[in-house]
Formats: sequence, structure tokens, C-alpha cells
Amino acid sequence: MSQGGISEYKAIIQNGLWKQNPGTVQLLGMCPTLAVTTSALNGLSLGIATAVVMAMSNAAVAPVRRFIPEEIRIPVFILIIAALVTVVDLSMNAYVHKLHNVLGIFIPLIVTNCIVLARVEAFAAKNPTVPSMLDGFMMGMGLAMVLTLLGAMRELAGKGTIFSNLDLVFGPQAKTWIPQLIPDYHGFLLAILPPGAFIGLGLLIAGYNVIERRRAAAAAQASAVPAAAH
Amino acid sequence: MNPILKHALITAGVLAVFTVVGTALLSGTFEKTREPIAQSEKEAKRNLLSQVVPPAMHDNDLLQDTVQLPPSELLGQAAASTAYRAWLNGKPSAVILEAIAPDGYSGEIKLLVGIGAEGALTGVRVLTHKETPGLGDYIDIAHSDWIKNFDGKSLAKEGGENSRPGALPDEAWKVKKDGGKFDYMTGATISPRAVVKAVHKALVFFNQSRDTIFPDGDQQASSEETKEQR
Repeated sequence: MSQGGISEYKAIIQNGLWKQNPGTVQLLGMCPTLAVTTSALNGLSLGIATAVVMAMSNAAVAPVRRFIPEEIRIPVFILIIAALVTVVDLSMNAYVHKLHNVLGIFIPLIVTNCIVLARVEAFAAKNPTVPSMLDGFMMGMGLAMVLTLLGAMRELAGKGTIFSNLDLVFGPQAKTWIPQLIPDYHGFLLAILPPGAFIGLGLLIAGYNVIERRRAAAAAQASAVPAAAH
Repeated sequence: MNPILKHALITAGVLAVFTVVGTALLSGTFEKTREPIAQSEKEAKRNLLSQVVPPAMHDNDLLQDTVQLPPSELLGQAAASTAYRAWLNGKPSAVILEAIAPDGYSGEIKLLVGIGAEGALTGVRVLTHKETPGLGDYIDIAHSDWIKNFDGKSLAKEGGENSRPGALPDEAWKVKKDGGKFDYMTGATISPRAVVKAVHKALVFFNQSRDTIFPDGDQQASSEETKEQR
């Protein structure tokens, strides 16, 4: 079944983290991307929760993909995703209660995040279990990267801190881990409010495109030079 | 058997199997996380209560010793609310009331008001609010220490001795802009005004109904029971 081996896995990782990044390329899952990223910690935690759900749902669908009739595949996929999200939701509520309070409604909403169903439908329904799981996890990590970066940008611009509120995850002793980066910062509200999310995401996508264009230009030049030499 | 019927039955059967597996997974997780979730919720509540009445002021479990109060206009409660009683060495030391300020800038502001047995505020905290981020939200301890202004304040008795520091007559329970004693931030008067008003009314309520909250006078009636429950 699997023919590619290592190079196949490499391609999956590259696609998830960069080439097909859900946040900056596919633009899927925008609801949490824009709403939750008021701080780096929020972005990172929701991103990791999404990645875990995606890895689990892809891993759950791939082994049974031959038994799911075509007509009911979407209900079955959603059923699996919803069950897994609820498991993650309950576990977070039990073991990282304060963080769960902060992320609130966005954890159950992972069910409706298009990127989860998209990867199940586009990848896990056609591929073996291990690559599917890797694909789900890497796509999720790609999204988590964008969420964290966007959260960090907005938090730095809006409050002058990065990764504040670590105590929500690591207990009260973490309160002193992260100092205020800019002392006496009075805050820049726009960055924290919804417009800041749109502006920040726009900047990230622009940055991605600049890097991609430079790479493409460099690649074109590299292939043009030997061609001219002949 | 009719092939269409057979196909439909198989499809339905597959869906049913997935539903059963999903439900089993959910109920298992629910059972496993129920206890930790209840624990963390209690812990969070206890944490909140201890911000309003410091732990040094009571030796009972605040969550175990509650009184149901009837709907009260002074507390802004249209339904019954809960009062948490704090005892120290068998004597009433404080009570925590749940009050609602109905006239915030955007909707209700829910408050926890801690009042010492002598009528002085031990602490006030905002539970939930929808005030403008960056403007009215300084009433929240997460954004500023403004709410600590209430600590130690009490209602001056009419015509009585007002020597107690922090005792304020009724007309002083306003923001400075309205001629009262409470600070506010320029550009955001409505939120603190609503909070000051609600806290004032909660104090009036306490003075009126101290005997309903502590009906046993100065005796902690159920001290044995409370200790066992701890």
C-alpha cells in the first residue's frame, strides 16, 4: 500500500508545516485563527488541541476507511471527529481547568473547523493509517504554528508581553517565568480586538508569499544558469 | 432480498455501529473525567471566594455553608441567589453575596461582594462582564487594581459614630465625577458607576438582612457538621 517510505513522510511533513499550511495557504479554520489568537498561549494551546484531534481523527478513519459506505461517509466522519473533540474537551476541563475556561467555546468548535474534516476526507479516507495520522498531526501543527505566531504578534503589540498567563497551564509558580518585555507599556487595543486578527493574519500571509516568491525566483535563477551554460 | 433494501440496511448498520462505538467512547471519558472536573470547578470557586474573603478570616468551608436568599432588588437578583457564610472560631466573620449591577455599559456585571460581620467590605470581584476591552474592563482585577478600592469601606451609620476608617455616608458612594469618593478613569465612567452603585446596594442589603443571613446570632449552629464535611 505505502510505496513512498521516508520521502513520502517528508512530503507530508513539508505539506503540513509549509507548502499546504492550513493558516496561510489553505486558509481553512479561520474562525479559531481569528478569534482565539489574542495571546501566544491561547493560540498555541488551541493549535495543539486541534493537532491532537486531527491526528486522532485521521488515525481513526484510515483503518476503517474501506468499511464506510460512500453515501454516509460525511456523517461517520463528523461522528468520529465530534466524539474525539468531546474527549479532548472533557480531558482539558478535568486536567487544565483554567486554560479550558479561557479557550471556552472554541474547543467544542474544533468539530466545525473545516481543516479537520478536510484532512479526513482528502487524506485519511484514501491512505493507510500511519501516514494519515502523520498528515493530521502535521497539518494541525502547521495551524498551531500560525496560531501561535499570530497570538504572539497580537500579544506583543497589544499588551507588550509574550506567553503571559503561563500559570494557567503550569500553576502559580509560572507567574514569574515571563517578564513584561516592554515595561510600562500602555497597550495597543487594536491588536487585541478582532481587527488586529485580520491585520495580523494579512501580514503573515504577505510574509509567507514574500518568502515563497524569493524562493521561486532563486530556484528559477538556479535552473536558468546551468541552462545558459550549455 | 431486494438489493436496494440490502444496501440500505448495510449502510444503516454501519452507521449504527459507529454511533455505538462513539457513544461508548464518550460515556467512558465522561465517567473518567467527572470527578476531576467537579474537583477543579470547586477549586476554582474556592479560589474566587478566597479573593473576596481572605482565608485567615474563616475556618469553615465556604462552599459547604451557604444560605439561599430570595430574589432581591438590592442585589439586582431576579432569582434566588446564594450567600456564602464565613465563620471564625464559631463566630460569624463574613458573608459573600452575589450581586448584579444591571446598568453596565453593555449588560450586566456580576459581582462577588465580601462583607465582614461588622459591615466593612473585605473584597469585591467582578465575576463576569461585557464592558469594552481596554476601556471599561479595568473593573476586572485581571486588568487593574481599581476594584481593591472597596476593601475596608463600609456604610456610615446615620447619625451614629462614624469614626471607623472607611465608613462612607450614602452620598459618597458614587464615582468622583458624580460627587462621590470613588476614582474612575476618564472616558469610562459608566462601568465603575454601575459597580459602585451595586456594591453600595449590597451593603444596604447586608445591613437590612444580617439577621436572616446569620439567624443563629453569634453561634455557629452546625459547626460539627461543617467540620465533618470538610
